[in-house]
Amino acid sequence: MLKAGIIGLGKMGLSHAAIVAPHKDVDLVAVCDTSSLILDGIRKFTGIKVYDDYRKMIDSEKLDFVIVATPTKFHFPMVKYALEKGVHTFCEKPFSLSIKEGEEMVSLAEKNNLVNQVGYHNHFIGTFRELRRLIKNGILGDLVHFTGEAYGPVVTKPKGGTWRSDPGEGGGCLFDYASHVINLIQEIIGRPVSAPGAQLKRIYSRNVDDAVYSLLKLESGLSGILSVNWSDETYRKMSTSITVIGKKGKIICDATELKIYLKEPDSKEKLDRGWTIKYITDLAIPVDFYLRGEEYSAQIDNFVHHVIERKPTEINTFRQALETDRVMEIIMTESKR
Amino acid sequence: MDKVLFGDNQFFAVNHLSDEKSRAQAIRFKDDSAIIRVLDQAIELGISTFMCTTHDRIANICDHMRANPDKYRGFKIYPGMPYAHKYANAVTELGIIGTIKQYVPGNIFSTFAKGGMAYLSKDFLKLMEILIDAEMKMFKGISTPVIFIQNVIVDMILGLKAYDAFRAFDDYIRRKYNAEPGYITMNMPALLDALNSIGITNPIICTSINKIGFRMSGGREIYEKYLREKEFRPIAMQVLAAGALKPREAIEYLGNFPKIESVLFGASSKEHIRETKELIEKYL
Repeated sequence: MLKAGIIGLGKMGLSHAAIVAPHKDVDLVAVCDTSSLILDGIRKFTGIKVYDDYRKMIDSEKLDFVIVATPTKFHFPMVKYALEKGVHTFCEKPFSLSIKEGEEMVSLAEKNNLVNQVGYHNHFIGTFRELRRLIKNGILGDLVHFTGEAYGPVVTKPKGGTWRSDPGEGGGCLFDYASHVINLIQEIIGRPVSAPGAQLKRIYSRNVDDAVYSLLKLESGLSGILSVNWSDETYRKMSTSITVIGKKGKIICDATELKIYLKEPDSKEKLDRGWTIKYITDLAIPVDFYLRGEEYSAQIDNFVHHVIERKPTEINTFRQALETDRVMEIIMTESKR
Repeated sequence: MDKVLFGDNQFFAVNHLSDEKSRAQAIRFKDDSAIIRVLDQAIELGISTFMCTTHDRIANICDHMRANPDKYRGFKIYPGMPYAHKYANAVTELGIIGTIKQYVPGNIFSTFAKGGMAYLSKDFLKLMEILIDAEMKMFKGISTPVIFIQNVIVDMILGLKAYDAFRAFDDYIRRKYNAEPGYITMNMPALLDALNSIGITNPIICTSINKIGFRMSGGREIYEKYLREKEFRPIAMQVLAAGALKPREAIEYLGNFPKIESVLFGASSKEHIRETKELIEKYL
């Protein structure tokens, strides 16, 4: 059994705790937070040990791995401390607010041969995974254009908020919502290198962006559009989609379905000419425990598997997450022009 | 419990197979009258239980039912609480404490505030009771013989092994509402084991049951084993696996498990409601 700890018990930290605790290969021995209310609750209702100082937790518990789910500005000291103590680390997204600190975390993890993963969970949704496979296999031929979108109802009226409304702490739609879309584009289609005409728009928030619109140019020369808005209450929850257009057809993908249009049939993929719809019911990754979506458990299964095997994961590494941070920095710089 | 429980996902743009379809539903059910029309059709077809979340708009439906007591005599609602996305979106924006502040009724929270957070933290179960009462307010005067907690909360408690919360929920629902507690889950075998371990026997559990194992965590085999061997009162949901299965084959499959007491399904057209209801009555 691996021994695990979690730092930060907000929405994601609690969700990770509920997934890690029943995991067949893991013993969740301790959690750490600064809220005495949350810690009292954990102490009272679960057998999990609580700490209010992550250093003490890491020093005393001989953890195999730790999950860092605190506001982004705290990732660097916490991840660094864990890596220096030889603890495999899963870190929530976005990875880092500073490229320099991000680079340090990447090199420390790689130098110490520690399994490192970031919580870009969309890669564990069956539809996006299938989209990646199809695009890598070149099913659409030469690519022409892409659109990456995410919409949801997080900030729908003017009012203050938490660290998510503080740009210095990694708040805002770019960090919270758009990071997911950028990461999908980067891993499925290609790495963005510039963001001409990027716009960060405030709608209801005072201090942070509520929407991100930009052109993205990729390493390959391909360009496409990023359109993200977390103040759109026509959506019940966050809805992410990627559309890719190529010379041989088009694919529209979201968390529930993959709509494929081909100009000619593809015998290798057994796909007809015209539209084929693939549903999540056929593509979902099976999990032993479900909370809020298979992807949350599947990403932990992947991480745990690699910790047990002591080999690096290929999905959602620190290095890949740092690339996403770089793109966000490019968008921020461009938007100030 | 009735064999046929009419659900509300279609009214609130919940579609597990297509975001496009969910938008179409949001447009169609923009007005409460559109929801009421479909509910009335279900009633005409002989359905007498509506299982719904504590979505804000359900309050309007409840107002309508209270205003027309003769029409809705004998009609029952099984509430499922909370409407999780309301809280999930609030937690993203306001944090956990901020969300509690927003949703715990004002005057009651200030009572807590006087004692400070320390007082609140010693009394989580009291906080749970206040939140249940807040969610149940809209159903005043309406028959709610079974009251559910939604899967996100159930599975969170289950994962954290905070089973005392189940015990407290169970006791409070029986005591305060004279109703049967119910549990919605995506992890049925683990939940049943957990409830049994704290002495909750023969619980009502609403869970995904379908031939392709969709949202049946741990796999179809263990679900089938529990459906054959264990003591509990299952309600089957997601029986069409979000539309991947045709109604006949889907419901015929449920017929293999005589223990299943009810089937929860939602539909927007009278024809679909009729077809599904007849299949349930035939095979269950």
